[in-house]
Amino acid sequence: MTSPLGPDAATGPRTGRPRRRRVGTGGRRGVPLPLLLPGLVALAFLLLPLLALIVRAPWRTLPDQLSSTQVWQALQLSLVSATAATAVSLVLGVPLAWLLARTEFPGRGFVRALVTLPLVLPPVVGGVALLLALGRNGVIGRWLDAWFGITLPFTTTGVVIAEAFVAMPFLVISVEGTLRAADPRYEEAATTLGASRFTAFRRVTLPLIAPGIAAGAVLAWARALGEFGATITFAGNFPGRTQTMPLAVYLALQDDPDAAISLSLVLLAVSIAVLAGLRDRWMTGA
Amino acid sequence: MAADPGRVRTYRPMTDIDAPEAAPTRVGDEGLDARLVVDRGAFRLDVSLTAAPGDVVALLGPNGAGKTTALRALAGLVALTDGHLRLDGAPLEDTPPESRPVGVVFQDYLLFPHLTALDNVAFGPRCQGVPRAEARTQAAAWLERMGLADHAHAKPRRLSGGQAQRVAVARALATRPRLLLLDEPLAALDARTRLEVRAQLRRHLAEFEAVAVLVTHDPLDAMVLADRLVVIEHGQVVQQGTPADIARHPRTDYIAQLVGLNLYRGRADGHAVRLDAGPSLTTTEELSGPVFVAFPPSAVTLFRDRPTGASARNLWRCEVEGMETHGDQIRADLTGELALAADLTTVAAAELDLHPGAAVWATVKATQTHAYPA
Repeated sequence: MTSPLGPDAATGPRTGRPRRRRVGTGGRRGVPLPLLLPGLVALAFLLLPLLALIVRAPWRTLPDQLSSTQVWQALQLSLVSATAATAVSLVLGVPLAWLLARTEFPGRGFVRALVTLPLVLPPVVGGVALLLALGRNGVIGRWLDAWFGITLPFTTTGVVIAEAFVAMPFLVISVEGTLRAADPRYEEAATTLGASRFTAFRRVTLPLIAPGIAAGAVLAWARALGEFGATITFAGNFPGRTQTMPLAVYLALQDDPDAAISLSLVLLAVSIAVLAGLRDRWMTGA
Repeated sequence: MAADPGRVRTYRPMTDIDAPEAAPTRVGDEGLDARLVVDRGAFRLDVSLTAAPGDVVALLGPNGAGKTTALRALAGLVALTDGHLRLDGAPLEDTPPESRPVGVVFQDYLLFPHLTALDNVAFGPRCQGVPRAEARTQAAAWLERMGLADHAHAKPRRLSGGQAQRVAVARALATRPRLLLLDEPLAALDARTRLEVRAQLRRHLAEFEAVAVLVTHDPLDAMVLADRLVVIEHGQVVQQGTPADIARHPRTDYIAQLVGLNLYRGRADGHAVRLDAGPSLTTTEELSGPVFVAFPPSAVTLFRDRPTGASARNLWRCEVEGMETHGDQIRADLTGELALAADLTTVAAAELDLHPGAAVWATVKATQTHAYPA
């Protein structure tokens, strides 16, 4: 960057100083209005509902609202089943991501598209599909019932299955992306040192992609925590057994709006806690 | 290149090439015996390689010649289309890479970033079933040998380029390979570190009792580190021999350019060689049939006016195409009757008022040319 006017002239008034630019401060210079206005509207649109939730919360009766066992049951069930669904996604999803990223097989692109399908599929449809597959008369569920006496729908296990079905694609896509970005030659280097492909995966690839896996797991966990459609369709809405927080919120909204707001606040608090906990580790720069 | 068939551009000064002649490779049960054929549609690699234990062989060639593919084929990271690969008599074509007694030092080392230097080196022995404590002891000994005992617990990102290179060598040697492969082992280093690391690597390779094959595009690295050069172009071996032999008798433009010679192909009849490029050239050797003629750029003398005097032999009318400085020398690229490179001092260049486009007369003494059968 040499200019006849010297370095100051080149980087000076026109392009702004190398100071961090913030909307609303002196750095607004250079931000075009057609971008600034919609951006601010979007920000308001995203934040106002949450603000409303806080403003309208029945703060005085809140302790009573939250002390009911049903709330704690629902919260506990939500946390446990979301964590279990994330665990299932990790155990099955990471190997699937590896297969998609590191192996060649016919129709891989098609399989990859299928994996992402639950991302765009309405969760209710997913729930119906799960019923048809794993329900008592389902394609597989029939045999599970006849041979092992296992019934999945309308059980806590069913909640975990419904949540994993919806959440796993998030993890697979995230981990696959990380794997693709990771240098496969590290695996080659491990191989030349005598490591089998699995050893190379376990001792080299896995530690290298750990941040990606963690980010994917958080996404999956958050998605599982908020899962509603597939859960209510496949697992029903039985308090203490299959009634997760989102279901409890929806149900409460019908006859006790204050309770719904309180429950929502709890979910909001959990979400904020998760974000805050992760911010410094994996979410910076994102 | 097609326009100037006999033309060789010379960019590098002559390298010190008086290395001792290497003993001819013994082909037997010991060492490496390979013919590597890898077909990749448009590109086909077909290279034969033999080496005895203790040999250091350099695969030298321009980018895209197939050197790295050959190395990966030796390591088992690329499957052979055809050919064979025997190491100490054992066929390895169908052995997966993790079971081959082959160690690799990758170009950018590929040290595992999440492991310490010690654990990087211990990785190989661990994979071979050595218990953790024992593997670490071995690794510590290797690092000690490489002069890296103080850095055993450093993560790779805290190592300098030269240190990382030595860790990579230690890691490859820790598996006790019968074949050590080095892919551009010095390419990732800056010029100053390179000098030092090259000397160290040379020592380690000299101590290594099995076969070492290194890939490089740098002739100096090849000549310093290797006993024998195998030059690869377009997937084929174009020449092999000792560094001295190759430097004295280059057989392709690429090699002549590497060792800093003007090289022409022609047909000899006694002392006269009719060059494929056009003019004739007189040499001291008496030959007949197809020959190469080579002479260094420093053997060329330039004149602004046609030199008066007897000899009109080896005198060509040329035009300066380009000039670049090499230390206190100027290398002039000439076109015209004969395309060639000439070295002259900056003073001489100033006196001649050389500049691109200037017309000059170039001459070379017969005694400074070297002709040999093609």
